[in-house]
Amino acid sequence: MIRIALKMLFGDRGKYVMLVSGITFATLLMVQGMSLFCGLMSWTYSTMRNVRVPIWVADPKVEQCNDNKPMRDTDITRVRSVEGVAWAVPLYQGISMARLVDGTSKMITLVGLDNNTLIGAPTRIIKGRLEDLRMPNTVILDDFGVERLSAGRSRPIGVGDVFEINDREARIVAICKSYRSFTGGPYVFTTYDRAVQYAPNQRKMLSFILAAPQPGLSEHEVAHRIAGQTGLASFTHQEFMWSTIMWYVKNTGIPINVGTIVIIGFLIGAAISGQTFYSFVLENTRHFAALRAMGASSGELCGMLIAQALLVGFIGFGTGLGLVSFMGNNLLRLGKVPFLMIWQIPVIVGVAVLVIVVISALIGIIRIVRLEPAIVFR
Amino acid sequence: MNSRGIHVQSVDKSFGRGQARTVVLKKTDFVAETGLLTMLVGPSGCGKTTLLSIIAGTLHADGGAIEVLGQRLDKMGANAVAKFRSRNLGFIFQQFNLIPTLTAAENVSVPLVIQGFGYRYAERKAREVLEWVGLEDHVNFLPAKMSGGQQQRVAIARALVHEPPIILCDEPTSSLDSENGQHVMTLLRKAATQKDRLVLVVTHDNRTYGFADHMSEMEDGKIFRTLTTHEEILRHHPPGS
Ligand SMILES: Nc1ncnc2c1ncn2[C@@H]1O[C@H](COP(=O)(O)OP(=O)(O)OP(=O)(O)O)[C@@H](O)[C@H]1O
Ligand SMILES: [Mg+2]
Repeated sequence: MIRIALKMLFGDRGKYVMLVSGITFATLLMVQGMSLFCGLMSWTYSTMRNVRVPIWVADPKVEQCNDNKPMRDTDITRVRSVEGVAWAVPLYQGISMARLVDGTSKMITLVGLDNNTLIGAPTRIIKGRLEDLRMPNTVILDDFGVERLSAGRSRPIGVGDVFEINDREARIVAICKSYRSFTGGPYVFTTYDRAVQYAPNQRKMLSFILAAPQPGLSEHEVAHRIAGQTGLASFTHQEFMWSTIMWYVKNTGIPINVGTIVIIGFLIGAAISGQTFYSFVLENTRHFAALRAMGASSGELCGMLIAQALLVGFIGFGTGLGLVSFMGNNLLRLGKVPFLMIWQIPVIVGVAVLVIVVISALIGIIRIVRLEPAIVFR
Repeated sequence: MNSRGIHVQSVDKSFGRGQARTVVLKKTDFVAETGLLTMLVGPSGCGKTTLLSIIAGTLHADGGAIEVLGQRLDKMGANAVAKFRSRNLGFIFQQFNLIPTLTAAENVSVPLVIQGFGYRYAERKAREVLEWVGLEDHVNFLPAKMSGGQQQRVAIARALVHEPPIILCDEPTSSLDSENGQHVMTLLRKAATQKDRLVLVVTHDNRTYGFADHMSEMEDGKIFRTLTTHEEILRHHPPGS
């Protein structure tokens, strides 16, 4: 019976294509929307992905890692004195303007690392040497910065080239890979002291204190101890990441915008598929009635409809997922659009598609079960 | 009662309720015997299709006894009736009702598939029966690629493939021209006499009356006369009248 059901479906090329397209489109929109959301969210804590340390300490009012409420330099000593802290170093993070040779300016995210240890320095250096950061007026630029800051040059900016940050010379000693920042500017890494000189003068400059627990102690425990003893905000990497993500979820329109895309995808998919499937069932009512007259049970007819709907869902979902992965991996990444498809997304969307498909099949089933097989004689 | 054939006793059926209620069958009796081609004839709207649907178990009677092959259909549940149909009845409809996306052979194999036979066996049987109705060259044709007469022969093959003891036909020739109608009726007669089947044909089409062994005439939901010989049938319905 299943084979007959599938032949009925495939034979109706127009409806079949319509059904599969509906599901494909719905899958596309939903996966796309959710991946965009996850992509954007992953951008919000890029600084933390670029500067990997166990514990982040900040002003008590700070909830997320792009916030800048500077602390006093003496706070570092206070953190160091907390029992169980292996080390604590300063980090500067701020938005600055880079001046290019053609006279234009570009926004950058300036990160100042501890002068002595360079803790939190980029790990993926693709050109040049990290150690050269100890020489005067030097910076490390990320690969996105190469793209952004090359304007006015005959060849892309690289190691040895010079630009200006707030009228001060910045000489590039290395190029690294980094995660894109939410604010959109490339990352420029330098030492803490130099960052303080580059940045417009303020009374306090210490954005974060980076810390680590002593061996054998948990990050969580030490982070809490720091908060308790200093009155500063103190997070483990995980805590700060989620705090950052949740801040953007609560304080921006991103979840609503993306949620709208996802819901529209679901509704469009459900509408197209439900409608098309219903008209498929309507058009085939006579044939279902004939099968019924020939002795097929209601259960078997339902099985046929479910098989048809499931197959359509499966093919549509597969096509949609394939398309969106292809787009995500190629077009979107080229255009620097946030796109992160975590494995939960296909699972969630798969369930949503299943719901659409089951609803469609149910509409058909209600129709078929009520069917008077006697209509075949009319 | 005879355990073969169809015995309908005192069946009532009406549609709608209140003002819109139409009584179609009132205390209707009807009998058809195995080995014969019985025709059920009468003016449009007199209740022929209704009676046929009740015999097929696709429509519930309001009252009365319906015995088919010794089984009381009116006392069976819906699924039992469906199962009974799949084993014992073959159907031929005016509109053919072939599934347009299945080939002739696939359409013909449907009743066997419903009974749970494998596709391969079902299609082999289907080819045999298609040969019997003279369509051996059309086994892989889709219905749309066949003439009305050919489609109706496919439908006959489908009604016969599972070798049911009873074939029920509603106006099998009225969408066909005279020649194809004669061909279809010849096949149906052959099916009745060759295999000791009961063939019940509801029809309007007086061109085919000559094929009947018995003829029940219906009016206003009642069988008012049953003709049981060719001579009688010819006397009451002379060809060309
Ligand atoms: N489902 C239904 N609902 C309401 N009325 C019905 C229904 N089915 C049949 N009828 C009515 O019952 C009467 C008999 O119908 P039926 O189809 O049995 O006639 P028939 O003898 O087969 O006619 P024809 O030769 O035109 O096919 C008609 O008046 C018809 O309108
Ligand atoms: Mg009728």
